[in-house]
Amino acid sequence: MKVRTHYPPWAAVTGLLRAMWIIFKYQFRRPVTIQYPEQRAPVAPRNRGRIVLTRDPDGEERCVGCYLCAVVCPVDCIALQATEDEHGRRYPEWFQINFSRCIYCGFCEEACPTYAIQLTPDYEMGEHQRSHLIYHKDDLLIDGPGKRHQYNFYRHAGVEIGGKDKGEAIAEEPAVDIRDLLP
Amino acid sequence: MSAHAELLTRMAVTLVVLLVAAPMLVWVERRLLARFQLRLGPNRVGPFGILQTVADALKLLTKEDWVPPFADPVPYVVAPMILGITVLGAFAVVPFTASGAIVDLDVGLLFFLAMSSVGVYSVMLAGVASNSKYAMLGAVRAAAQMISYELAMGLSLASIVLIAGSFNLHDIVVAQQGLPYVVIQPFAFVVFVIAGLAELKRAPFDLPEAENEIVAGFHTEYSSMKFALFFLGEYLGMILIGAIATTVFLGGGNGPFLPAPVWFAIKVGLFIYLFIWARATLPRFRYDHLMAFGWKVLLPVALLNLMVTGALVVARTAGS
Ligand code: SF4
Ligand code: SF4
Repeated sequence: MKVRTHYPPWAAVTGLLRAMWIIFKYQFRRPVTIQYPEQRAPVAPRNRGRIVLTRDPDGEERCVGCYLCAVVCPVDCIALQATEDEHGRRYPEWFQINFSRCIYCGFCEEACPTYAIQLTPDYEMGEHQRSHLIYHKDDLLIDGPGKRHQYNFYRHAGVEIGGKDKGEAIAEEPAVDIRDLLP
Repeated sequence: MSAHAELLTRMAVTLVVLLVAAPMLVWVERRLLARFQLRLGPNRVGPFGILQTVADALKLLTKEDWVPPFADPVPYVVAPMILGITVLGAFAVVPFTASGAIVDLDVGLLFFLAMSSVGVYSVMLAGVASNSKYAMLGAVRAAAQMISYELAMGLSLASIVLIAGSFNLHDIVVAQQGLPYVVIQPFAFVVFVIAGLAELKRAPFDLPEAENEIVAGFHTEYSSMKFALFFLGEYLGMILIGAIATTVFLGGGNGPFLPAPVWFAIKVGLFIYLFIWARATLPRFRYDHLMAFGWKVLLPVALLNLMVTGALVVARTAGS
């Protein structure tokens, strides 16, 4: 492409007038402003917003307190304490996300092995006090399964918990009795 | 006594109209600029957002009126007043009505030029007295810019004075009864409008307060009412330049059917629209381009125009 470097002296004036004309025409266009509280921009279904903790189809907490989300979070805004119930099921004793630091990158959702932590399209989280932006487990935990309706971690994992022995998971062979193979 | 009373009413009416029009202008500019940029602008406070400026003014009034400890207090406080006084003072000679201005000064045009020149002191004093680097830079730019553009402005007006044969703005309006001077003097008109824009320190000549380089230029350190005075001065200045351009080039209040003040307001409105339009369109000049444009283009054009006009006027008077 030939780049033009020399312009006739009147180019400044014609260029200026053209620019003025274009801007003049723009004032008759429809403004693109979305008047927020009354009108809203369409939000994509996979928009990354407020974070929730989901439950599996049986209504149990999905989170197993593996800390993977807390580790992967680039701004270190997830904190939790894992514990175990009487059936050997791990769950977080407490779980908090500091939304004043969260950058909604979605890494926690990608890291989570149990689909427990998920981002939702809700973005209206304004608060008057910063401390109100720290969400605790009560605020985060929802009743539904979120995006993966059927997934239940303990139905796939090989660990043994109360009511499900080793070898009973989906697509899992029954455990081999190693003493059987002795000559 | 009645002459005094009339003078006082004229002053009062002019003051009230101006002090209402200037804040309105802020709103008009914000709405118009928004439309140029495909936005809506302030439309929440009051009908069409018209009370937005009232809210802003209240906010400014309740802000802390602060004199920075490093500033030179006396000029710091005096500077915004100078701007307000000179701009408002210049309106005294603008013939809004058919019967003339508040004071029918025989050197009206000179008075306007003098007032706008004194206005430069306000900007310089503000910048120097603030004693901070950004204010200083803004003041230096403002001084250089306004002095160099004032020349071109004066020269463009001089050619009008040659034709009209008077410095009295009312006489100039009367002389344009047949043909407004914009037809006879298109070059002077263009030079005046450009120089006027530079005088106003508005885009594309807003170097003295270039937000993205030097914060707010000469009024960086100002707050509250002192800042509001600068703001008011800028918008009153817009009306003033529009009014002078109307008077000198568009025949002031001359026009069919409507009374003179209405015609005057319409014409001033056109200029204000032009200023806002230019602000929406044009990027800021670079400092050296600004100087080169002023001295190498505007000044020669105005000078040539003055010489040709002078020669023609002499030829005509010699011929008759
Ligand atoms: S979305 Fe990103 S920043 Fe927010 S909690 Fe998850 S990993 Fe941390
Ligand atoms: S939310 Fe997911 S990644 Fe985070 S601790 Fe719980 S199971 Fe692990």
